Amino acid sequence: MQKTYSAQQQKSGGRQIGRMLWQNKTLILMCLPAIVFFFVFSYLPMPGAYIAFTNFKYNLGIFKSPFVGLKNFEFLFRSGQLTLLLRNTVLYNLAFIILGNVVQLFFAITLNEVSNKGYKKIAQSIMFLPYFISDVLVSLLVYNLLNYDYGFISHLVRSMGGEMPKVYQNASAWPFIIVLVNLWKSTGYGTVVYFAAITGMDSSMMEAAQIDGASAWQRIRYITLPTLKPTVIILFLFAIGGILKGNFGLFYNLVGNNSMLFKTTDIIETYVYRSMMNSFNFSQSSAVGLFQSVVGFFIVLGANAFVKHLDPDYALF
Amino acid sequence: MSDLSPKIQMHATHIKKDTSAVVINVITYILVTVFCVMCILPFWMIIASSFSSEEAIRRSGFTLWPSVVSTYSYELLFRSPDQMIGAYIVTIALAGLGTLLGLFLISMTGYALQRRDFPLRNGIMFYIYFTSLFSAGLVPFYLLMVQTLNLRDSYFAILLPLLMSPWLIVLMKNFVKAIPHEITESGKIDGAGDFRIFYALILPNLKPALATIGLFLALSYWNEWYYSSLFLTTKVEYRPLQYHLYNVINKVASLKNSVAGSNVVITDLPGETLKMATAVVATGPIILLYPFVQKYFVAGLTVGAVKG
Repeated sequence: MQKTYSAQQQKSGGRQIGRMLWQNKTLILMCLPAIVFFFVFSYLPMPGAYIAFTNFKYNLGIFKSPFVGLKNFEFLFRSGQLTLLLRNTVLYNLAFIILGNVVQLFFAITLNEVSNKGYKKIAQSIMFLPYFISDVLVSLLVYNLLNYDYGFISHLVRSMGGEMPKVYQNASAWPFIIVLVNLWKSTGYGTVVYFAAITGMDSSMMEAAQIDGASAWQRIRYITLPTLKPTVIILFLFAIGGILKGNFGLFYNLVGNNSMLFKTTDIIETYVYRSMMNSFNFSQSSAVGLFQSVVGFFIVLGANAFVKHLDPDYALF
Repeated sequence: MSDLSPKIQMHATHIKKDTSAVVINVITYILVTVFCVMCILPFWMIIASSFSSEEAIRRSGFTLWPSVVSTYSYELLFRSPDQMIGAYIVTIALAGLGTLLGLFLISMTGYALQRRDFPLRNGIMFYIYFTSLFSAGLVPFYLLMVQTLNLRDSYFAILLPLLMSPWLIVLMKNFVKAIPHEITESGKIDGAGDFRIFYALILPNLKPALATIGLFLALSYWNEWYYSSLFLTTKVEYRPLQYHLYNVINKVASLKNSVAGSNVVITDLPGETLKMATAVVATGPIILLYPFVQKYFVAGLTVGAVKG
């Protein structure tokens, strides 16, 4: 008796789902291109991560290549390659996140103190400009400044009697260069984000403080900064969530295949790209990529849990 | 402040004249101006170098003003402009097609996923969002594109992957959220289907969203060099602009090819200025367009950046 009941329930449940799907068929159809898109370009490659556990032969394809277990990972750990990549990726990201946010906040607040509205607008547009250009052009801008023979800065140093180091052969200079270039490119973007948060603030508090005779510094210290705090913390946490992800375009265009600089400039993305495209080492390349994806996934989950704990409204999921 | 009484207004202007405020004001102007100059200067230098003669650069490096003005690099570039024109056509076609198609698909999806009477919306949104949390990595994606989908040397390998992203769909959803649900309801009462509601009632209200997201899409196509470097081999004659520029910068060989047949002795080739001129021609339109479109980017950032 009970059996027939549950079978009946299942049947009517199935019918209910069918009816729900039928009622929403247009909305489902409207989502269908996106569903297919993400299926093909994001979900379909996922089983292919198996390649990280094989000795990949191009002509055999992923699933017929010989299985080698964790050997690729073992090699990467033992050779110290993975440690180096992790160190570079994490340190660059920390520098980008911390310095980036400080400079962006600084310029957002500074911009807010500029009294002339027209100038504010023009400055905002100009700061945003570097965000617009491709990393290919960025590399040319840097070359223009630092090239040993013709670079603008090289000539400046020489004309002042200094000796310009050969930057493109000097690995220790690049952490500074890359961090500075990244600042140059991203400051405008972040400044506009923070500036928007500042202008969205309740202005009555600001006016009250002004009438009470608060100095500009006091207004910044006691009103602007505390109001921005939640935004800063949340943007910061999400940035930490992406700490294993690198800005491939920037690094690859600035450094390219210049192996003299790899020690201080090679990040996970550039290694994965090079070992696949230049040395055709698909297995090791994908092992590094898979490591990044899995560890990165748990870091994002952790960051999100933390945001949820602070303010559920801002959590991603 | 206009509704304040004159007395308080006077008081307020008095505070503004406080010395610390004046000092801070001057400092802010200086800081902002210095940073703005730093943002523009490198662009100026590329333009200046492209109009310099090669010997001047060899002698005194890249300068802020060319000591010997020359348009030789541009003449050379336009003497055999096939590569450049081809690159322009490819880039404009990809950007135009990709932006229109992407906008249509993103807005359609964004609207459906924002409909509160659509029971599958959270499930589908998670399905899309998950792809930004976890991916198989570059190698499986590359092999899928090359071995399974056979897209090597095809412009589709560039057009397709850039069409949509979880971030753009979330951004679109945030824009749709601002449109009152009553519009959808009124459409339903009039007996319109869901697609018709979207097309006739919602889309016209989404113009700012379409401008913003369209610009993000167009920019990603215009600046595209990554997928080109992965999937377009030397068999493809015309590459997207930025990848063309990438090749000119990185390979003297392609540089020689680009002027082959124009009776230039290779040693005379103005390598440095030609790089700069190529950069100017490849980036020019986006810089010229920039002042007119940047306000839409700012709008997009304020809607989408903080609450992603």
